[in-house]
Amino acid sequence: MFARIVWLVLRKDFTVEVRSLEIAYTTVFFAISCVLVFAFALVQEGRAPEGGAAGILWVAIAFAGTLALGRTFERERQSDTLRALLLAPAARPAIYVGKLLGIVALLLAAELLLVPLVAFLFQAPLLVRPGWLATVLLTGTIGFAAVGTLFAAMLVRARSRDVLLPVLLYPITVPVIIAGVRGTAALLQPEFDPGIIHFWLALLVCFDVVFVTLALWTFEPLMTD
Amino acid sequence: MPKWFTGAAVLCGLMFAVAPVLIANAPYESTMGLVQKIFYVHLPSAWVFLLSAIVCGVASVRFLFRGDPRQDRLAWAAAELVVLFGLVTLVTGPLWARKAWGTWWQWDVRLTSSLMGWMVAVAYLLLRKYGGPGSDKLGAGLALFGMANVPFVYISVNYWRTIHPATSVVPTLPSSFGVPLWFSAVTFLLLFVLLLRLRVRLQEQHAALDALYLSMDA
Repeated sequence: MFARIVWLVLRKDFTVEVRSLEIAYTTVFFAISCVLVFAFALVQEGRAPEGGAAGILWVAIAFAGTLALGRTFERERQSDTLRALLLAPAARPAIYVGKLLGIVALLLAAELLLVPLVAFLFQAPLLVRPGWLATVLLTGTIGFAAVGTLFAAMLVRARSRDVLLPVLLYPITVPVIIAGVRGTAALLQPEFDPGIIHFWLALLVCFDVVFVTLALWTFEPLMTD
Repeated sequence: MPKWFTGAAVLCGLMFAVAPVLIANAPYESTMGLVQKIFYVHLPSAWVFLLSAIVCGVASVRFLFRGDPRQDRLAWAAAELVVLFGLVTLVTGPLWARKAWGTWWQWDVRLTSSLMGWMVAVAYLLLRKYGGPGSDKLGAGLALFGMANVPFVYISVNYWRTIHPATSVVPTLPSSFGVPLWFSAVTFLLLFVLLLRLRVRLQEQHAALDALYLSMDA
């Protein structure tokens, strides 16, 4: 039952999105613009600053993620469909998980474009260890989106939600961003050290577990009027 | 206000007057000299900073699951004190660090996570001020995530190599350093209790005023 509701919510979001592709296009274009701004600012005479690629990749993900989160729930608000969703005889945590998977899928799609772009513009060997990079990106994205989905859902009813989402989201997700950046930076080192990667990955998994558990626990009381 | 408040306020004032004398009379630490005295303000304020974050988090959880507005007022007052004592901690820390480590700021785990906890409290206050209706529950959710940060700050030093002194230093202090430290800690704790009571009372009066307005409209 739980898995079925998750699947239905995910499929609903996917169907709505495929009809217009509004969030996908705007998020991806915004993420690319972010990376280009960094490239204009930091790459001088064809030389990229050392070790900047990992940070820029994650900043672009965090910015684009905030935009996507805001838009996803704005869409639910416009025609008051969030109320309908919450009125449905479905477990609230399942609705949350469905929304979360949608956001994670969208961000992973954006990352598919971002990684080659950052690797190209900042001359970083990001694609040397694709398996490790994919794992770091996946765990980091889940951690970021877990908090983001909860806060964006709660902010639907609040005033000045566009400003408040990043204000609330970034302080909480800073550890995820730090671990993601450090883990990615460790992949770019000439001498590969699996111990360092394991450490940052373990930290990311810890955050994922804590954040998803807290979100599942609080989604129900937070979304109840 | 409760009867104990005035007495406690006078006592707190007296303790704040005596504390500098005790701190001045404590022996000079051999390597740090005068700068070591910052420790007597930094450590107590850091303890109260973490304590306020815990109070804010626990009150928020109780508000979230039981819906008691008194817990919400307590959480809001505690969040203000997180910002206040966090500011004292984050200002005195770099002053000490400049002398001890030769740099104002290090991105080590404890400093980073303290700053993060402080930013969560600032975000909480921004939310409560500008979030409009429904921000009380949202704030409670935020405080819960902020509280998850506190044990992380506390144990971080013991698990990662860092230049910040570990928490095991305090019980080993000789009494010439320990007495002013504990006196200062009790003083800060008393100030925390007083300020918390004062802010909760202010929130209570706001709530009472709102209730009066509502009954007038009806």
